[in-house]
Amino acid sequence: MLTKTFDPLKKKIFQVLDHEGKIVNEKLVPKINDETLRKMYETMLLGRVADMKALQYQRQGRMLTYAPIKGQEAAQVGSIAALEKQDWMVPAFREMAGMLYKGAPLKKLYLYWYGNEMGNYFENDIRILPISVPIASQINHGAGVAYASKLQKKDEVAIAFVGDGGTSHGEFHEGLNFAATTSSPLIVLIQNNQWAISTPREVQSKAENLASKAIGYGVPGILVDGNDPLAMYAAVTEARKRAVNGDGPTLIEALTYRLGPHTTSDDPTIYRSDEEVKYWEERDPLKRFKIYLINKGLLTEEEDEKLQKEYNDYSNKIFKEIENMELISLEDVFKYTYEEMPKFLTEQLEEYKRYLESEEK
Amino acid sequence: MAVETVLSAINKTLNEQMAKDETIVVFGEDVGFEGGVFRATKGLQQAFGKERSFDSPLAESAIIGSAVGMAVNGLKPVVEIQFSGFMFPGYNQIATHVARFRNRTRGLYTVPMVIRMPYGGGIRALEHHSESLETLFGHIPGLKVVIPSTPYDAKGLLTAAIQDPDPVIFMEPKRIYRAFKQELPDKEFKVEIGKAKVLQKGDDVTIVAWGALVREVEKAVKDLDVSAEVIDLRTIQPYDQDAIVKSVQKTGRLLVVHEAVKSFGPGAEIISMINEKAFLYLEAPPTRLTGFDITVPLPKGEHHFIITPERIKAKIKEIMAF
Repeated sequence: MLTKTFDPLKKKIFQVLDHEGKIVNEKLVPKINDETLRKMYETMLLGRVADMKALQYQRQGRMLTYAPIKGQEAAQVGSIAALEKQDWMVPAFREMAGMLYKGAPLKKLYLYWYGNEMGNYFENDIRILPISVPIASQINHGAGVAYASKLQKKDEVAIAFVGDGGTSHGEFHEGLNFAATTSSPLIVLIQNNQWAISTPREVQSKAENLASKAIGYGVPGILVDGNDPLAMYAAVTEARKRAVNGDGPTLIEALTYRLGPHTTSDDPTIYRSDEEVKYWEERDPLKRFKIYLINKGLLTEEEDEKLQKEYNDYSNKIFKEIENMELISLEDVFKYTYEEMPKFLTEQLEEYKRYLESEEK
Repeated sequence: MAVETVLSAINKTLNEQMAKDETIVVFGEDVGFEGGVFRATKGLQQAFGKERSFDSPLAESAIIGSAVGMAVNGLKPVVEIQFSGFMFPGYNQIATHVARFRNRTRGLYTVPMVIRMPYGGGIRALEHHSESLETLFGHIPGLKVVIPSTPYDAKGLLTAAIQDPDPVIFMEPKRIYRAFKQELPDKEFKVEIGKAKVLQKGDDVTIVAWGALVREVEKAVKDLDVSAEVIDLRTIQPYDQDAIVKSVQKTGRLLVVHEAVKSFGPGAEIISMINEKAFLYLEAPPTRLTGFDITVPLPKGEHHFIITPERIKAKIKEIMAF
């Protein structure tokens, strides 16, 4: 068991693919077919390109506040790729690459950051809960989704995402504890990207690593190189197996780095050094995965360049579509508060409409 | 017909609905094995098993937050918060998620659930066991808030709450849990959420109350030389504005009586609404008799906080003398 071999209390970090794209542990390479490997890389790349484009649109004044994912693509795609179609993804708010892999159309993801609730409406039962802004509160949702899966004897698990800052929150504790005591099929994935806005990881916890918190909940925990998609895939595969077998949750800490700002409103140069960023740029998840796939004969430099261009154009096309969409209708602003609009709300809407009409005259 | 108290009516409703709908799960602190500290959930675990009725860890945000996830994934959670004064750790979930999931996902994921909680004073309890916090729920768009005052309404409103497509905060006036009994029909019945009940017709003054104070109002008007119209509001949000407006148009006077503290409370809302909708009918300023804007005192001082029939009478006389 990976969680035994890589005991976070012994400060062990699980890695399969090192930052130069070399396999460091042949025996632990997860079995992933070529098609999936390629899809994983393509999704990571699409995530990277779409992310950079979103930042660009924001700088051009076309996009609203956006939370970039750059640097965290492997932690997200590696984990979601290890799940089944029927599994539930419970995101925080910095999981665009993972959501893409789960099946969310880029248009919806952009739409959310563009300021439209329809961005949380995913068709085709792709099973992604809406973006959750209140830190760590979604862990409890994951616990509940997983409890329901267990009670209804469905062959499915939930994976809930949280950041390093989120582990300080009471909801992280309550959610993981609930899932543990009820043996619910939940995977809690900490994307430890080292920074919660300007607050460094050391300020969040005195613990040597966050994965070791698992012991307090009586669940297995593992510290994974979060920039290694193969290690992420293997760790989540094992956690999923445990979950569907009725053995409850697993806590996974993905050691990664937020290469960009917290959001477009943040300036990370104030609180962190260039050396630190450079160190992590060398550990870029895309760089190593690309080398691995090229060595495996699954990708060429030319194909990679072509894909980058394709995704660049695709992002532009999608974003233009969004810019050309109609604004949210007045009815839509009101009508999703309750199943049926109560009279007091209808009255408010009607009064406002009368005002609008009087302004038009 | 069976004779029930407010508490036994709640228990009976939970039994009835769980038997009918296997997606219902009932959980909270001490809710499973023991049946809750007031025994509202007594016997459910024995009848429906440990998966559908269970003791949660002592964690309100886990109770309500996990209910959100369960509701998304096909269950109908009916959870208990042991005392409304302990709901605050779960309030984050209520205000930021329970009330918003439908809107946030444009109706893709809804989280119909019932959050039950005993509330209110007059039981000589410890700190944090006597608050009336309905304002804090009524102020959050997306929630429904109901408060029964009789065994009949407890059963009818809880049935309606469980079958409602929106999340419902179900506040139970624990002071009258076992105060009196009523004969209830054996068959399932519902009391419509959003509908007040005129308990007594009158021409001089409209008195609006809910929960445990309904009985105090009834006592107050019994031997008073004033024709009072008594309205049991029953739903705090969306509340029955029409019933109050109709009554005030007749009486010209309004008194709102509630245990919740005064400032920014339900009385403030109801009186504003009456000013907007029935101003020209008013014979006297609409008035409220409420909890003071203080922390509910511990039992040795609580008698100063409790609203008695005598205080209600005095207030009515004041309104009539205007």
